[in-house]
Amino acid sequence: MGEVILTMEGIDKSFPGVRALDQVSLEVRKGEVHALMGENGAGKSTLMKVLTGIYTKDAGKITYENKEVVFASPKAAQEAGVMIVHQELNMLNHLTVAQNIYIGREKMSGKLIHDKAMNKAAAALFQRLNIEIDPTETMGNLTVGKQQMCEIAKAISHDSKVIVFDEPTAALTESEIKELFKIIRDLRAKDIGIVYISHRMDEIKEITDRVTVLRDGAYVGTIDTEEATKEDIIQMMVGRVIYEEPKSKSNVAKDAPVVLEVKNLNAGRMVQNVSFRLHKGEILGFSGLMGAGRTETARVIFGADKMDSGEVFVNGQKVVIRSPQDAVRNGIGYLSEDRKRYGIVVAKTVAENTTMASLENFMAGLFINKKKEAQVAEEYVEKLKTKTPGVEQFVVNLSGGNQQKVVVAKWLVRNCDILIFDEPTRGIDVGAKSEIYHLMNELVKQGKSIIMISSEMSEVLRMSDRIVIMCEGRKTGEMDISEATQENIMHAATRRE
Amino acid sequence: MGAGVKKGNAFTNNPIVKTVGTQKIVVIGVIIFLAIFFSWMSPAFRQYSTVVSIFDFSYYVSLMAIGVTFPLITGGVDLSIGTGMVAAGLFAGNLVNQQNLPVGLALLVCILFGVALGCLNAFSVAKLNLPPFIATLSSMMIARGLGSILVGGMSVTWPAGATEQGWFRSIFRLDANGTLIPVGFILILALVIVMSVFLNHSRPGRYIISVGSNKEAARLSGIHVAKWHALAYIISGFFTGLAGVAYAATFQGIVPGTGAGLELDAIAGVIIGGTSMKGGYGTIGGTLLGVFVMSLLKTGLPFIGLQANWQQIITGIVLIIAVFIDVTRNAKK
Repeated sequence: MGEVILTMEGIDKSFPGVRALDQVSLEVRKGEVHALMGENGAGKSTLMKVLTGIYTKDAGKITYENKEVVFASPKAAQEAGVMIVHQELNMLNHLTVAQNIYIGREKMSGKLIHDKAMNKAAAALFQRLNIEIDPTETMGNLTVGKQQMCEIAKAISHDSKVIVFDEPTAALTESEIKELFKIIRDLRAKDIGIVYISHRMDEIKEITDRVTVLRDGAYVGTIDTEEATKEDIIQMMVGRVIYEEPKSKSNVAKDAPVVLEVKNLNAGRMVQNVSFRLHKGEILGFSGLMGAGRTETARVIFGADKMDSGEVFVNGQKVVIRSPQDAVRNGIGYLSEDRKRYGIVVAKTVAENTTMASLENFMAGLFINKKKEAQVAEEYVEKLKTKTPGVEQFVVNLSGGNQQKVVVAKWLVRNCDILIFDEPTRGIDVGAKSEIYHLMNELVKQGKSIIMISSEMSEVLRMSDRIVIMCEGRKTGEMDISEATQENIMHAATRRE
Repeated sequence: MGAGVKKGNAFTNNPIVKTVGTQKIVVIGVIIFLAIFFSWMSPAFRQYSTVVSIFDFSYYVSLMAIGVTFPLITGGVDLSIGTGMVAAGLFAGNLVNQQNLPVGLALLVCILFGVALGCLNAFSVAKLNLPPFIATLSSMMIARGLGSILVGGMSVTWPAGATEQGWFRSIFRLDANGTLIPVGFILILALVIVMSVFLNHSRPGRYIISVGSNKEAARLSGIHVAKWHALAYIISGFFTGLAGVAYAATFQGIVPGTGAGLELDAIAGVIIGGTSMKGGYGTIGGTLLGVFVMSLLKTGLPFIGLQANWQQIITGIVLIIAVFIDVTRNAKK
């Protein structure tokens, strides 16, 4: 580790209603890999967006190369040598790989863009990094993992002095991760300061020198990776919040009836020959990397997307599901990973959202029976312990966790016994997360059955009775919770044909 | 999909098809089919004068279409090009008649009028962040009203071809001893090449595509998104002005209050030519081909006895097919 190249001190950032960062500090030295850790919503990405000029800070000081700086835009940060590899891929899918890498600083010959020179430079860059990608390929045709490698190559092609990696491995296969680590070690040797954001504890131990932990937007502390145990870091991350006890064995009786069976499901490229069974009272975890086809599988079962072939049995009866209406009629409810877009109508009240999927039961002639609606909504607010001032409250005013409960209520009112939770705790703060876990365990105790799609390994291990693992549209593994470990899940999640 | 995996079929993997693009090959096929079909059905269609009139109709639509390709590539649209073109032609023509402005200057005024309209759209879309549909629907109405008011509600007749001031009409249709030569086509072709190079090989062109492909990604790459977004509408305005020149040169008189609906001919041409309604992809060459399909239909259908209402129906069907191709292509990605 060399001298300090970047310090952020006392950074504050608020959004309407949320204090995203509260007096946060970070110090990066030349030639170090500095892990930035914390639960979802802890403020890691916000801090990096403040650094690179995407957000403006409310207070605090950023010192870079011994000078106080304020980067007005990502471009200004880039020009100064601070580059971020974003978690959400920022790709121009219609352009080629080389055009993406050199966007904003095209190689010119006179007034015209010199695409050939850019292709050549990109090819040389890839060769140096040992990446096999054709620079002339259209970006949209690449897999998510390959796109991520392009993004990394782009960051490196700028003469950066500080590179921020925001969860770079989320979509990579094991061999790609190995390549990435080789690249990162190479950069470290060149005295570049690296900020590495990740949830994967093993990676943190393997690749980083120091760890800074954030919790709920506040700075918790910085420690040397060597000296810290996994438990120390976890302790710093979660603080006093206690989750549901992790499961070590399945809670489902051996002879529990099969409520949902899917046989040889096919739908496009993302769902290929998927078969599985869901038992009564079971939480079936669906694990895999980004783009593994889990959400696509769920959407096909729910009738939201078209099925090419395959069979679905509910309680032993073969059913035909061509639309969400068919799925709901068969007792299947789907809780989307993107609540705001697909799950609830935020500009409506708790009561209106609760009855939305079963409005025909709340009609008095031509009109909605508001009284009955409120009654039922109140019943579920109580049952699910939804924190709301009343059922006439607009859903937009509730927290993420409580919004999720309203969606659950909607499906329970509709008598859905099979619930598909797609990333149930994404974007939800730590406390609410614990409540959602509790809720799911309550639901299965009452005899509901749950399919839980989750990209968080700890969540899968904590909640599931059984785990199905997918990779590139295929089922690549299935295991009981008693035999599941991070390692064998990851192994199956990266098993390619 | 790995780098070595072959995609598509024998047709789409053919090197010629790959360079030119599948959709353009299909459109060229349609043009050839229509030309043969109309010639076969109607002897009158085979005359030279018909060819000239196909070209005549194509000039102002082509110019509008080349321009509006840019807003469409950003994922927006410009609905003001039809009434804008007429208003520009009215305003500039009126200056010739009432103020004795030399025609050369009037043509410049006509183009500047279009640019001004483009600037208004650019301001609404890129600065005020209005949805392009609404922003340009508004300026479409403004242009229609303004055009009428500026000329006092009277038709405007630009100088006739035979007069001293009528030289500008031969920019598009040269009268060589009684034979009409559609020289405008060469002009259009030159503009198509220039704008093609601009779109695909210049920085502004690439940034306009980037805005349409993924605005946020473009912004995070340090691209001044608003600037290039605005430029797309200004280009559209510039070509609206040029279309005004072509319109004035092609027709005897310009009637206030008209022009609404002409933008749809141009936009239909662009879409048929393969530009994506969702933004991020489009070609100027395709636009020209698409306009020719429209032009052939408009000129050819009356020859086989199908009048205006039938033209509308058939054009509508062609458009549905073109958009369907666009939608399925996007779905595959």
